[in-house]
Amino acid sequence: MPASRFFSERRLGRLWLALVYAFLYMPLIFLIVFSFNSTRQDGVFTGFSLRWYQALLADSRLVDGFFLSLRVALVTGTLSVILGCFAAYVLVRYTRFSGRTLFYGLVNAPLVMPEVIIGLSLLLLMVAVQRATGWPERGFVTIVAGHTLLGMAYATVVIQSRLVETDRAIEEAAMDLGCRPMQVFFLVTLPNIAPALVSAWLLTFTLSFDDVVISEFLSGPGVTTLPQLIFSYARRGVNPSIYAAATLLIAAVSLGIIAYSLFVTRRQRRRHREINTAMRAAPAGGRR
Amino acid sequence: MKNSVWLLWRPGRRLVIAVPYLWLAVFFALPFLILLRISVTDMGSGIDPFAPLVDSSTGAWRLRLEFDNYLSIFRDPAGSTGAGWGDTVYLDAYRTSLKYAFFTTLLCLLIGYPFAYFLARARPTVRPALLMLVMLPFWTSFLLRVYAWKGILADQGVLNQLLLSLGLIREPVVMLYTDVSMMVGMTYVYLPFMILPLYANLVKMDVRLLEAAHDLGASAWKAFWLVTVPLSRSGIVAGSMLVFIPCVGEFVVPSLLGGAENVMIGRVVWDEMFSANNWPRAASLSVVMIVLILVPLAFYYRAAGARKGA
Repeated sequence: MPASRFFSERRLGRLWLALVYAFLYMPLIFLIVFSFNSTRQDGVFTGFSLRWYQALLADSRLVDGFFLSLRVALVTGTLSVILGCFAAYVLVRYTRFSGRTLFYGLVNAPLVMPEVIIGLSLLLLMVAVQRATGWPERGFVTIVAGHTLLGMAYATVVIQSRLVETDRAIEEAAMDLGCRPMQVFFLVTLPNIAPALVSAWLLTFTLSFDDVVISEFLSGPGVTTLPQLIFSYARRGVNPSIYAAATLLIAAVSLGIIAYSLFVTRRQRRRHREINTAMRAAPAGGRR
Repeated sequence: MKNSVWLLWRPGRRLVIAVPYLWLAVFFALPFLILLRISVTDMGSGIDPFAPLVDSSTGAWRLRLEFDNYLSIFRDPAGSTGAGWGDTVYLDAYRTSLKYAFFTTLLCLLIGYPFAYFLARARPTVRPALLMLVMLPFWTSFLLRVYAWKGILADQGVLNQLLLSLGLIREPVVMLYTDVSMMVGMTYVYLPFMILPLYANLVKMDVRLLEAAHDLGASAWKAFWLVTVPLSRSGIVAGSMLVFIPCVGEFVVPSLLGGAENVMIGRVVWDEMFSANNWPRAASLSVVMIVLILVPLAFYYRAAGARKGA
């Protein structure tokens, strides 16, 4: 009797998982399928064609927007990781300094602040600075500043969680062996948290590459990121070129994730092998 | 005392603290102060919103604070229709935002809780892959995924065509630009934010507690309500806050999938800023929005603090 109940719970579970996954993946499948549609129609697949890919590559605004977004995201990811690394280090290692509570609040606040308000308040700052000094023009610099503000908060969370787990004893050992603080950081701490730096970079790159709201507030005339263009196209109506762009993006992301997970599993396997060899080489009684 | 402070002064350490601190001060704290400052300026046209707060032009120092912007959020400034308290387009927008945020949170919880539960009970070998599948859409453009719903829910869209061909409906159902498309879009975007904290919580739960409940005669259903749900309360609170707070300020989903009659506050701030060019009002609307978000946030931190204390 409990077996039959268990069976039904499992069946219900499978059904629920399948339905939610279908919900999560329906838009992606829709984008891929209809990017190959031969007509502009949204509801019916009328035939296979690549015309929307041609239209996409012929649309110089979209291509320009793509390269602008790429540049913004590359700079944002790098700046966010550097600043996030500093902030995480301060939060984890410097447990006592005046203004720490304020610092903690400032680091985390962008995570809960609506993007509209981040965009608006940064715009007001930029306008005030520009009035006083004539710099910066609204555009690349202001967008990067806005994205990095948000990106830094995310990067800090990711790096912080890794830094908390690292063993301080190793750093102390390096210090005892005569390393100066800078050397300890670059030779011990940094390699230790490297995986977190990579994920933080990928995360902030993606956030930046995808952001509409902050860019909308901070971009200037003639400077339009890819998401901004997509946003304005989307509000006007159906444009399958966007589906084609989406499909290319999905393909790129999938390839990237597959490559990354292959890399991680291979490294893990190598690590296991090395640990095993080391254990076998050690004398039987030499366990810790 | 003074001596110990002196000992703590190390240039390297100072620099490490100063870099992120300065960045946040300049790009987060300062803009926020400017926002606050502009929210209390006169909204009459021709007045510089950046004019100094303290005005000495008339010879005497005078602090100029105008709270009209805040008043006009709560009261119809024309005053033509009765008292007009609590009956403005701005308050409507706040109410709409809170309404959508609430129902989105509820829907995410109703869909996400069973999902996270079954995910946590799945075989440990398949769990990482299943979790990866939840995260995967995250890495593709959120904007594009919302855009796709437009094509799916349109009058001539895929869903209507499917239902028509199955004979379930006779004519297309209007879903786009209604509450239906809004709720689908919002739930779609925020569902992972609910699933991940719930999963993290449920996967740690000790299954032996359920076995104990079973041994003591509780039905599976009863054990679920009396053991599983109370134990996962912190996950429920965390997930709900992660959904509710960004929902209030959501801008993209209502712009693409929402109807004209249900305007959310993010959109209103945008319009005040760029269409009406009324910076002080955009600023004061933002300040009220922050206050609105602080309430559930305080609730969340109190719950988190209580958990730590226990």
